[in-house]
Amino acid sequence: MSIRNILVGAMATTMSVAMSVPAMAQTEITWWHAMGGQLGETVNEIAEKFNASQSDYKITPIYKGTYEETMTAGIAAFRAGEQPNVIQIFDAGAATIIGAKGAVIPAQQLMSENGVPFDINDYISGVRYFYADKAGEMIGMPFNSSTPIMYYNEDALKKAGVTPPKTWEEFQSVTAPKLKDAGYVPLSQSHLPWIFTENFYSRHNLEFASLDNGYDSGTPIMMMNEDPIKGHFTAVKEWLDNGMFAWYGTGWADNQKPFNEGQVAMWLGSSGSFGGVKKAATFPFDATYLPYWESLTKEPYQTFIGGAALFAMSGKPADENKAVAEFFRFLTSPEIQYFWHRETGYVPITTAAYELAKKEGYYKDTPQAEVGIKQLTERAGDWTRGYRLGFYVQIRDVMNREYGKILSGEKNVDEAFTTIEIESNKLLERFSKSMGN
Amino acid sequence: MIKSQFKSPLFPYLLLLPQLSIVVIFFYWPAAEAIRSSFYLEDPFGFSSTFVGLDNFRDMVSRSDYVATAEFTIIFSVIVTFFSLAIALLLAVTADRVLRGASTYKTLLMWVYAIAPPVAALIGIMMFDTLVGPIAGFFQALGWNYQLGTNRFDTAFAMIVISIWKQVPVNFIFFLSGLQGIPKSVQEAAAIDCASSTRRFWTITFPLLAPTGFFLLIINITYSLFDTFGIIDVVLKGEPGNNPVTLVYKVFLDGFRGNDLGGSSAQSVILMILVLILTVFQFRLIERRVHYN
Repeated sequence: MSIRNILVGAMATTMSVAMSVPAMAQTEITWWHAMGGQLGETVNEIAEKFNASQSDYKITPIYKGTYEETMTAGIAAFRAGEQPNVIQIFDAGAATIIGAKGAVIPAQQLMSENGVPFDINDYISGVRYFYADKAGEMIGMPFNSSTPIMYYNEDALKKAGVTPPKTWEEFQSVTAPKLKDAGYVPLSQSHLPWIFTENFYSRHNLEFASLDNGYDSGTPIMMMNEDPIKGHFTAVKEWLDNGMFAWYGTGWADNQKPFNEGQVAMWLGSSGSFGGVKKAATFPFDATYLPYWESLTKEPYQTFIGGAALFAMSGKPADENKAVAEFFRFLTSPEIQYFWHRETGYVPITTAAYELAKKEGYYKDTPQAEVGIKQLTERAGDWTRGYRLGFYVQIRDVMNREYGKILSGEKNVDEAFTTIEIESNKLLERFSKSMGN
Repeated sequence: MIKSQFKSPLFPYLLLLPQLSIVVIFFYWPAAEAIRSSFYLEDPFGFSSTFVGLDNFRDMVSRSDYVATAEFTIIFSVIVTFFSLAIALLLAVTADRVLRGASTYKTLLMWVYAIAPPVAALIGIMMFDTLVGPIAGFFQALGWNYQLGTNRFDTAFAMIVISIWKQVPVNFIFFLSGLQGIPKSVQEAAAIDCASSTRRFWTITFPLLAPTGFFLLIINITYSLFDTFGIIDVVLKGEPGNNPVTLVYKVFLDGFRGNDLGGSSAQSVILMILVLILTVFQFRLIERRVHYN
């Protein structure tokens, strides 16, 4: 390449850079998230829509890996003073980021300080207070909210001559034996701590941890060594031994795959799994509510949300915070919520968005998409708001480990739950100490 | 011989400075920081830090899985080290005898060396997968209900086989060059004196391979303790569950997944001590008995 060519090239580059700078300075903000694959593309689309909707702000989404990886990256970045403006933190990490006083600006405060109208009553009741503090101020903006529901293979149920079970009693006495006789594995599930533990407590309105499920300050104690949950796992182990339930390990996808392939007749997954199942399944399928034990409650209660929320990290200049507030305004608008709901299967977080989806006739064509939100708006109880427990990622790992020991026959239910109780309470105590209590 | 003399006595230190600063910044500083934070309990975001003395160490050993992890690490390291050395030695001795097509044979054996540990583990997962893996299918046909990811023993089995498979080529290369370094005259003289090739191997070849073997022993222990991280990570598919992990992986789990910096640092300090003891032991006790030429 001759010198002349280089010069021409350099000039062209300079000019194009100069020309691409807009007349007014744009405020740029970054958004770290954990949405891979198809979900990640939808996140990018939302960002593009926001950038196209106005010219003052520009948001850049960056994929940081799994939920755990995203949180770790965010913490490391915060400690180095390089934190993003917005970070997506999952349910199990909520206590860590909310407990760290000064790491985030509460979403509610951020919006009202920047002139964005906010009313917590606009949000769906099951979603409203999960990421809020004790007083009910919303700290994290719920983003991808889902809840565990039951998917079922319609062909399989027809062949066995059964309807989807409402209760676990019905499942073990009628549904499962018939499905087994029809040549199917009756049931699998993808997340033992989330579906069979946290939501077991919520569905039956049982106290999960002391101090208002951990929302009050202090060191909570988990109610893990209790008869209802132990009874549930005793039943699950029996189902496993009798071929009425299958467990393919701790990984989410490993348990979903046999359902997608038609070997498993019913699968407990996330309401956010709808899009994925729709793409993979070659049989007609439908979805229904998470079953409950009639012996524990006559009528079920609402379930917890799972998924993640967006947090505005502190230590950023005011104009960038203003941009984040504007982005939250955009994100919670009914149109964007409906778009997100339709593309991903996550529930819409505001009543207005839910009404819009109804008005557009979305649930007429795809009634499965409404199961999650209906379940989240079932009757509430004292213990259905959520939980706020520190080192919860580790506590879930302890649960997974001990549940694995129950299911593989290494330990009996009593031994495993004693270990879970001791170790999770020790972790909560450590967390409380680490927060300076 | 001309003895070169620096004008200033400080000049040699100046030349050493880059090297020293790298050692200090990348080795001593983090190590010192790990030791410091092992005595503290700190919230993940670093807002508060409390001195807790030896609490982190006490909590660590009182957790049921720590002891189980330590036991597994020892068993895992012994098996992986032994089998990757033994298989590689067997292959190297065999390859050394091959006359026709020797280079093709050797290349094929070294091939795996080029595969990164996570990729090796991905291939392993495909082979051992409960539902579709051919190896798992083979075991199941033999009556072993092999279940990767749900049965502790079965997962450990897959981790060990993949780790050995990945390490054999490295050992093979070293053993082969070690074998080729043994003078032909010695081997021929031995062949005249002794007809049994097995006996010749144990009395002549094996002792002469000892320096290579000793070097590889250290490399392999380090490999099984630390470098198998990528394999374990991929086999676990992001969810440890009831599967066995090594001590190094547990440091990562508690520190980076669980955000418990103090607890994780306490575990790294234990690992540092372990490595220190290993190093001293190996160089003091074993090296004396190895005959370098």
